[in-house]
Amino acid sequence: MNSKRPVNLEISTIHFPIPAIASIIHRISGIVAFVGIAFLLYGLDMSLSSRADFSSVADVMGHPLAKLVVWGILAALAYHLVAGIRHLIMDMGVGETLEGGRLSAKITFGVSIVLIILLGVWIW
Amino acid sequence: MVTSVTNLGRTGAFDWLMQRVSAVVLGVYTLFLAGYLLASPDLDYAQWAGLFDQMWMRIFSLLALISLGLHAWVGLWTITTDYIKPTALRFLIQAVCGLIMFVYLVWGVEILWGL
Repeated sequence: MNSKRPVNLEISTIHFPIPAIASIIHRISGIVAFVGIAFLLYGLDMSLSSRADFSSVADVMGHPLAKLVVWGILAALAYHLVAGIRHLIMDMGVGETLEGGRLSAKITFGVSIVLIILLGVWIW
Repeated sequence: MVTSVTNLGRTGAFDWLMQRVSAVVLGVYTLFLAGYLLASPDLDYAQWAGLFDQMWMRIFSLLALISLGLHAWVGLWTITTDYIKPTALRFLIQAVCGLIMFVYLVWGVEILWGL
């Protein structure tokens, strides 16, 4: 190996490129959403069982821990949806360049953060 | 030569397309439900049960459930093949994921048509 190659092992200057961070969160949020579907299906099952079960779902949703769990699941779903739409737009040939990918990753983060905050406001 | 037997279809292009078709279905279903809940702040049991009593809603929901299974399979297959190298362990985890998807589907049918 050419010993004159520049060496850069400054930990503070090394980080994942923004599109890579967008991608790994897309994967993690997908797994969280997949597991979270169990909670949502359980809630749907209860809410459709009877009038009494419907109110007990409403009661459970009054608990802060339940709000937190549902917020987490919906946050994962929201990010996954936004990042997925980014991929569909890229599939159409829009924003496929390096700069385009960086910009759309930033837009994905921005839109997701706003959506997740709004979801929190809605739940509480 | 068969190089891959656990992916959804027999080609990557088929998986790619199914992932996107199912994504669109799930996205439309999610936005519909979110819009419905936002538009009905005083939702009661009768209205909620009435929505899922409609045939079109049951068809829409079943379509979303099947899409969920296909979408989750392609996604989790991609992730497991990327990160879990020992074949037996990867196969076991993929089998568990497949079982969960099947449980979700049957559970969903039970919720929608509840016998």
